[in-house]
Amino acid sequence: MNIKDIKKEFPIFDNKVHNNDLVYLDSANSSQKPKVVVDRIYDFYTKEFSNVGRSVHYLAVAATNLYENTRVLVQKYINAKDPNEIVFTKGATEAINLVANTFGQKYLKEGDEILITELEHHSNYVPWHYLRKSKGVKINFADVDENGDISIESIEKKITPKTKILAITHLSNVTGAILPIKEIIQLAHSKNIPVLVDGCQGAPHLKLDMQDLDCDFYAISCHKMYGPTGLGVLYAKKKWLEELPPYQGGGGMIGEVKKEGITFGDLPNKYEAGTMATAQVIAFGESINFINKLGIEKIEEHERELTKYGEEILRKNNSVKLIGSPKNKGSVLSFTLDGVHPHDIATILDEDGVAIRAGHHCCQILHEKLGLAATARASLGVYNTKDDLDQLNSSINKCIKIFNS
Amino acid sequence: MDLKDLYQEIILDHGKNPRNLGKFENFNKDAKGHNPLCGDKVHVYLKVDENKKISDIKFEGHGCAISMASASIMTELMKDKDEKDVNELIEDFLKMIKDNPDLKSNLISEDDKTKLMSLSGVKKYPMRVKCATLPWHTLISAMTNKPGEVNTEKED
Repeated sequence: MNIKDIKKEFPIFDNKVHNNDLVYLDSANSSQKPKVVVDRIYDFYTKEFSNVGRSVHYLAVAATNLYENTRVLVQKYINAKDPNEIVFTKGATEAINLVANTFGQKYLKEGDEILITELEHHSNYVPWHYLRKSKGVKINFADVDENGDISIESIEKKITPKTKILAITHLSNVTGAILPIKEIIQLAHSKNIPVLVDGCQGAPHLKLDMQDLDCDFYAISCHKMYGPTGLGVLYAKKKWLEELPPYQGGGGMIGEVKKEGITFGDLPNKYEAGTMATAQVIAFGESINFINKLGIEKIEEHERELTKYGEEILRKNNSVKLIGSPKNKGSVLSFTLDGVHPHDIATILDEDGVAIRAGHHCCQILHEKLGLAATARASLGVYNTKDDLDQLNSSINKCIKIFNS
Repeated sequence: MDLKDLYQEIILDHGKNPRNLGKFENFNKDAKGHNPLCGDKVHVYLKVDENKKISDIKFEGHGCAISMASASIMTELMKDKDEKDVNELIEDFLKMIKDNPDLKSNLISEDDKTKLMSLSGVKKYPMRVKCATLPWHTLISAMTNKPGEVNTEKED
């Protein structure tokens, strides 16, 4: 892969930040967009726009086909059995809320337990939290170990006869731990516990195969996959989508509406109430084409190599403390610096055009466990190079110089 | 933008070695402040005497160099000021951080003004203004016995 050429496909890199080249190391937060995706949104609105799934005119039929085409692209990208197992949402957060809400409503009762982990992003904890109040359920947390990893044993230890669902991240957005989710799913299934995987960090970086993983639900954030904001995907096994009640009511999701009662539409319409983020869905098709053109295995390999390089140079820097050294690490480098608060690091790095994130990264449970109020995080995408990581290291040295002068 | 404006020596000094850090036994007013976006936390303790004068002030907390320095400098300047002067100084500081090019108040010495103006570097960094103002909003809350925690995301 020629990264210099790939970078050229992202118009954002034509801009300067504080007169410096942009070194974008915040892809775990949100990735940049290739021109094909941006153009697709423009073209749709200027040449092809119509609402989907309702009218019968030329534009409506064409737009509906484009919209459904992305569903098939997603299905193939994650190797789901059926395109109707793909539900578009306004984000991964909504995807998880959808499951927490409908699964909770139908299957959970007082005293039941939900198992999550200490690694979870707030979006895979807070939606479940509501069920504490509405249903009186209990939430258990599998322990993260000193490497920032979750082991199969730590999950097994927290499973009880009352555990009704397991919700777990695929790849930690702080420690970078890639969890052995296939084995974890097998374990949960052996005890008849369905599994939701938060795939926000998994889907952009790892090859996915829903049929092989056999998970029940998988939540995807499209803006982290070189795609538009305001869009997420919920993969769910067909039997769940058939069994669970609808999440929101509105147009497009109904069968028949009468004064006496309402029937709901077939899949996937049942879960897509109202006019959806049509342009975003269509443009997201281009994101998948973009990833497929490069090959997700190639992207994985490139990012793994870069992560290794980043770890090497940051470990050599005596002032840097890397957070998390999991067995299998995704492209996330969280760190702290002696005597420099992460927010000051982020401001100083920004001056050099280096964009990182500082804070708790929506993982307060994990930060509390680590005994840290905040960390700095550099996270990678397909457009990053070793030069970017060298620049990161040299800007980190600038922080140290400013604070120790 | 110039980092030297933001990270002046005085800020780095107060950030690394905050003055009046800690808690004292006989405080009679206190308030907590929190920036949920970054996790910065500050807890201001006051002893206000019968003449409405701050006879002692300390703070606990953790955060970036800007928030720690701001709390440190604030506590230094507020000691032995009465309520009216405290309010005037807070207003003057917050206006300076927001709009005014300078401090207007004559309540503090030129040296102290220079010290306080060292925080003006944040004006060029909109995302960091809340770091500088959190301790001050927390002081207002303590002075007025406002219930609950100051939250940077819930300011009006």
